[in-house]
Amino acid sequence: MKDMERLPRLRTRHVTLAHGGGGRAMRDLVEEVFLEAFGKPVKGPLEDQARLEMPRGRTAFTTDSFVVSPLFFPGGDIGTLAVNGTVNDLAVGGARPLYLSAAFIIEEGTGIDLLRKVAASMAREARKAGVTIVTGDTKVVGRGQADGLFITTAGIGVIPAGRNLAAENVQPGDVVLVNGRLGDHGATILNARGDLALETPIESDCRPLNRLMEAVLAAAPSCRAARDATRGGIAAALNEIAEAAGVQIEIDEASLPLRHEIRGFCEILGLDPLYLANEGVLVTFVAPEEAEAALAAMKALPEGRDAAIIGRVREGRGVVLDTVLGGQRIVDMLVGDQLPRIC
Amino acid sequence: MCLGIPGRVVEITSEDPPAGIVDVSGVRRRVDLSCTVTSEGVAALVGKWVLVHVGFAMSVIDENEAARTLAALEELGEAMEEIEAMHRSAAMLEGTE
Amino acid sequence: MSNRMESGREGMRFTDEFRDPAKAKSLVSAIRAVLDEIGATAGNPVHVMEICGGHTHAIFRYGIDRMLGPGIEFLHGPGCPVCVLPMSRVDDCLEIAEREEVIFATFGDAMRVPGTRGSLADAKARGADVRMVYSPLDALELARRNPDREVVFFGLGFETTMPSTALTVLQAAREGIGNFSLFCNHILVPPPIRALLQDPDMRIDGFIGPGHVSMVTGIHIYDFIAEEFGRPVTVSGFEPIDLMQSVLMVLEDIRDGTPRIRNQYARVVPEHGNRAALAAIDRVFTPREAFDWRGLGEIDRSGVKIRPEFAPWDAEEKFGVGYAAGKSSGREPEGCMCGEVVKGMMKPTECPMFGTLCTPENPMGALMVSSEGACAAYHLYAGLRPEEVVS
Repeated sequence: MKDMERLPRLRTRHVTLAHGGGGRAMRDLVEEVFLEAFGKPVKGPLEDQARLEMPRGRTAFTTDSFVVSPLFFPGGDIGTLAVNGTVNDLAVGGARPLYLSAAFIIEEGTGIDLLRKVAASMAREARKAGVTIVTGDTKVVGRGQADGLFITTAGIGVIPAGRNLAAENVQPGDVVLVNGRLGDHGATILNARGDLALETPIESDCRPLNRLMEAVLAAAPSCRAARDATRGGIAAALNEIAEAAGVQIEIDEASLPLRHEIRGFCEILGLDPLYLANEGVLVTFVAPEEAEAALAAMKALPEGRDAAIIGRVREGRGVVLDTVLGGQRIVDMLVGDQLPRIC
Repeated sequence: MCLGIPGRVVEITSEDPPAGIVDVSGVRRRVDLSCTVTSEGVAALVGKWVLVHVGFAMSVIDENEAARTLAALEELGEAMEEIEAMHRSAAMLEGTE
Repeated sequence: MSNRMESGREGMRFTDEFRDPAKAKSLVSAIRAVLDEIGATAGNPVHVMEICGGHTHAIFRYGIDRMLGPGIEFLHGPGCPVCVLPMSRVDDCLEIAEREEVIFATFGDAMRVPGTRGSLADAKARGADVRMVYSPLDALELARRNPDREVVFFGLGFETTMPSTALTVLQAAREGIGNFSLFCNHILVPPPIRALLQDPDMRIDGFIGPGHVSMVTGIHIYDFIAEEFGRPVTVSGFEPIDLMQSVLMVLEDIRDGTPRIRNQYARVVPEHGNRAALAAIDRVFTPREAFDWRGLGEIDRSGVKIRPEFAPWDAEEKFGVGYAAGKSSGREPEGCMCGEVVKGMMKPTECPMFGTLCTPENPMGALMVSSEGACAAYHLYAGLRPEEVVS
């Protein structure tokens, strides 16, 4: 009955269809779970829209939906993904992220405590990234019509004058950098699904990258383009850039930052870390004369501690990898997810 | 076919059927040891490197054989270097003519 | 005696030592020298077949083919269990997996292999309960945890994998776990190799043998290749240095005209194999009269089935599918050349469908599905596009 004392109005432990009905139950859910965590933007009754002051500059605007199974995993949860995913999509365009919206599709029967935990994660990550969640929505669907909880976030940021990050800017001679170790998030999720029975200390790298991006831009104003290497891993990010810019990207396998355990994980399951998802890895392209400065700027921050120069841009097309052995191979995009294999 | 990974047995979890925890670069998994246990008993496998395939240790890795293979490769490396040096000096001699 | 290991001592790791570029460099020089002695050229290369798909994968993953030059051509053999699995067996999987009471557990490798009604991934999308597991033991654990469901494990693979499924069946029998069964698709390496060697158009000069098969069986399963067909075999490990050293060893035997069976992978492969593993195989499995191979057709005594005494754990018996239902061969997609490629008669890029009608996005043949299938490896790693293949 402790919950009753803490929750004078929200009387159930689980979300029911009533919480999506637009009546009092829904208002209680929004106020006591989401506004409690995110803070109420203005005094007075809730409006249907947030009204924002925008600094000067071009506006960057992005949206992304988040579905992940399981909802909680080592190093994060669906809430940390929902905030950081959108923050990072803004940051890699050179924007300073300012405001987020968050829409929740909740499966009937989902625990109120689970929602509180997710909301707390979102609030914490938003604070870290220096953004405010200013508007949102909740819908409840029947059991079996969603997998617990889906979140859609959108984000607005401002691009200061003079910045122009775009894949097309990448040119032969540019240097390729990453800020952190590859594959941690993808391995964490694969393992958290639970059928593989592997014990690892690997955690998701989910984190905001806007501070790091600002540091890189300050140290290396030549920075041509950046990408967060999420789904499809670094291989997908590099292939997209190579195609957009009409260049070849040559990567040195020995220089790739990989944690020891990711190597073990990939060996056991026959996976390639280049294709594992990341949630806190940025690939940047800078002019060669500013590469060292960019690297130093990354390394000065905790989220860039494992930063490395991993390759160069050349004339040509596609992504090639110089193997540890001294050979060379093409790194193509994968068709679907990487599956564990025994062969 | 048949991905097999070297890992080290770090703990025995069951005598019958013989099973234990194998560590592969810091990733651990319970592995069946039936095919590697000898008359010395399961406990003798602790600390040994085994070759793991689909959750079964299939062979105890012979460190001496591995060292022998690597030594043969070192020798080959030296021999190839000598041959290359011979080619280089031959080319140089030709160049001086 | 302590059951736990003290931490400390960092010795050999048995991986990095065998990925050393300096060793690779000297091996490349040595291999090129032997190729010169043989008189191999781009127009008249030595043909070496790596039997095992794992070796095919490693060759491309490390770029070994490009390092060795044009004097050697690798033929990619039939040692990829999902590549040689006929479509009818995938159909059988779907028939079992789509039953209401079944949890169908499989290695990830088999998820996307197409049957005539789609793949296991498609069946999953249509609602079948298909789970990817790392070990057959994990499937047995699923059976323990879901006593009201039927858990079927898709037993796939060559001699390497057989002991694991045999031991799992023995464990199920010992514990009396009645809701577990094995859909046995295990196949053997020597029979298809014999079939290839008997083909009059055969152009294989020597073989790289799959080390992990011999870890179970020993190296003498290949004696007939040297004795009856005069071709050398080197049983090889899977690290790139292992592979290159094995290539050198088999080339030396080709040069010297001394067909024999050599063991490059002695750190893992005992000459006579693993007695406990062989005993488990023998206890649970018995040869089938014949098994159907994709692209190769029926090959006598090339597969195994579960012995009658373990029939309660035999999914074919339990669900009346496959050979138990009197079915065997099924049709393959029209124009599919996987068989020719598996036999080493054709390179993947010589297939008219390669990269056009048959791609990883939309595979027609099994060799394009598995990441160790020769066609997928060419497509993914060698970066060959149709326009580059013409020359």
